[in-house]
Amino acid sequence: MIDSVIDFLAPYTFLIVGAVKAVIIAIGLLSSVPLLVWLERRLMGRFQVRLGPNRVGPFGLGQPFADSLKLLFKESIVQNSADKFLFYLAPAVVVFTAIVTFSLIPFGKPFEIFDQKIGMWVANVNVGILFVFAISSMGIYGIVLAGLSSNNKYSLMGGLRSSAQMISYELTLGLAALGVIMITGSLNLQEIVDAQKTVPNILLQPLAFVLFYIAGVAETNRAPFDLPEAEQELVAGFHTEYSGMKFAMFFMGEYINMITMSALITLLFLGGWHSYIIPVPDLLFIGPLLVFSVKVFILLCILIWLRSTFPRIRYDRLMTFGWKILVPLAMLNLMVTSVFIVIF
Amino acid sequence: MAVSEQGLLERNKETMTLNMGPQHPSTHGVFRVILEMDGELVNTSEPEIGYLHTGIEKTSEAKRYSHVIPMTDRLDYLNPPGNNLAFCLTTEKLLEIDIPKRAQYIRVMMCELARIGSHLLWLGTHALDIGAMTVFLYAWREREMILDLNELISGVRMMTSFIRVGGVAQDAQPEWLKGVRDFVDYLPDKVDEYERLLTNNPIWMDRTQGVGVISREEAINYSLSGPCLRASGANWDFRKKRPYSSYEEFRFDIPVYRNGDVFDRYKVRIDEIRQSREIIVQALKNLPEGPYKAEDSKVSLPPRETLKTSMEALIHHFKLSAEGFKVPRGEAYVPVEGPRGEVGFYIVSDGSVIPYRVKLRAPSYMAIPGMCKMMEGCFIADVVAVIGSVDIVMGEVDR
Repeated sequence: MIDSVIDFLAPYTFLIVGAVKAVIIAIGLLSSVPLLVWLERRLMGRFQVRLGPNRVGPFGLGQPFADSLKLLFKESIVQNSADKFLFYLAPAVVVFTAIVTFSLIPFGKPFEIFDQKIGMWVANVNVGILFVFAISSMGIYGIVLAGLSSNNKYSLMGGLRSSAQMISYELTLGLAALGVIMITGSLNLQEIVDAQKTVPNILLQPLAFVLFYIAGVAETNRAPFDLPEAEQELVAGFHTEYSGMKFAMFFMGEYINMITMSALITLLFLGGWHSYIIPVPDLLFIGPLLVFSVKVFILLCILIWLRSTFPRIRYDRLMTFGWKILVPLAMLNLMVTSVFIVIF
Repeated sequence: MAVSEQGLLERNKETMTLNMGPQHPSTHGVFRVILEMDGELVNTSEPEIGYLHTGIEKTSEAKRYSHVIPMTDRLDYLNPPGNNLAFCLTTEKLLEIDIPKRAQYIRVMMCELARIGSHLLWLGTHALDIGAMTVFLYAWREREMILDLNELISGVRMMTSFIRVGGVAQDAQPEWLKGVRDFVDYLPDKVDEYERLLTNNPIWMDRTQGVGVISREEAINYSLSGPCLRASGANWDFRKKRPYSSYEEFRFDIPVYRNGDVFDRYKVRIDEIRQSREIIVQALKNLPEGPYKAEDSKVSLPPRETLKTSMEALIHHFKLSAEGFKVPRGEAYVPVEGPRGEVGFYIVSDGSVIPYRVKLRAPSYMAIPGMCKMMEGCFIADVVAVIGSVDIVMGEVDR
């Protein structure tokens, strides 16, 4: 009986494994958002000579959970003048694209268990990096729709700003990543990491790393490029009219994007799960995962550090900076890289 | 044909009216400005005030002179000693009494501490408006010490009401003087720290230099005063030009900058923090001994210990407490230099114990038209920077 069930299911193992992985990764990702919020608030507290949340649970770890519980029970207000359908759709688009983007991120070496080779990712797409860019740029729709459907001038300006900003910085992002793709010769994220076994790309492509990091900060709408939600000018930008869980979804989307962007930088430039100076044993999947997580963690801390240090750039300067400095530099990087590839 | 095309263009040039405030995170209280926007650029701006109306000026016409002082605290709530001083100096001018040196020095110290506190709060909120979060909390850390010093000397953190007609409420205690000394020793490092975070920061310079420019002539024509005027190149400070309360005995510089933009207003205030510190250091060093209030029992209460031995002291105490002091008929205006500019009370006395009319010359109120001038042609992000750089306090705008 059992044998026949196993025989029946055998061809579908990949489906079951895939589903289990997807669920585990989605849950892990969603539960790391409150932790990241906690980390940000605690770190910012330390930067700013205050304590940060420390009342709920040990070290205030319960604070983000308490906050999300509060948001869950808050009344969800939709003003009469809003376009209801788009208003409800926008936060869903933001969270959906954020989660789907992360499904393409490999965060460890494949390992074998019960004669099954299991990869540490939900999907291993041959054109992985292209797919990541494609899906993550769909997140703009969420923000633009939120700005448009709210029928509020501040929201509208936030939405417009963010669409302009994300489109211009995506160009730099793509051009910077192209350098890495050229030296690796593959669009597959796993192969890009494997190519960095001995030397991480940051040493080969330092300029591309800096450009990618700056554009990545802009792409995730983080300070000093947090213009779409510049609270001092635009109240709260595109999510001014949102409350309760819908607001929390925008919040969640932003933090997932932070994690995705840091993971992407780790994969493209920092050698993913390879550790360089200190040897780390594999231990099934724990070793590589740990190395990967530490790198992502450090990048996230730098994002938070940036936020507490810099003032916000003005909108027109942001565009000038993007088009007149970052894009030409990225082009230059691309040219130099291709010349080197041809010569050597 | 050309004309109609022109007309078509005019009609197609759509502008957006954007209402900013009174509930907006960066309009510093309840200031409201209606902006006519062309995209992200401001065409015209129209200020609207009155959301914080308190009726303090009118209420003053029903209160005795000594009872007006606590209300003046609430006008410019970041500079209570300055407001007290302006009111007391004017009243004292009508009364024609002399103030002991020690009281004058304590007044100067209180005012300069308040100036530092006000500038620190301004720096924090202004930086926060431009997006630099951390400076905000750093500045508030130092301001907290000033509030503690206020509490030590007067029992109140903000609304001190410490300066009274005839002198100050109490003598300066040794603990307070020690606290002030510690504070002025501690402050310079911290001011350097703010400058390290902001002055040479390219983003900060980008956001502030050449933004919200107002020329010297315009600044004078728009009746700007204080740091806004000095940032435009006009060297005008009442502490130097018409010294009051012994300011002529202190050595200090008046920081003046030329460009009249947001950055220069920032530099003026940062320099003023350092200069105010110099004044406090000198005041601490040269603090004279003597009484802390005028020994004219018609105006200030007689010493407590004399009440049981002197009949006259008891009578004065009773009269002053129950009736107040009569101020001779006349009118007077004595301006002082507050953190935001010229503060002065124009007082008309009809010879009774209650002022006939009290009119405040509020620097924030006077700065609003000039501020709207600065906004024109700016980006919406600059509007916030301009409002922050002018440093308005709505408490004294709507009174």
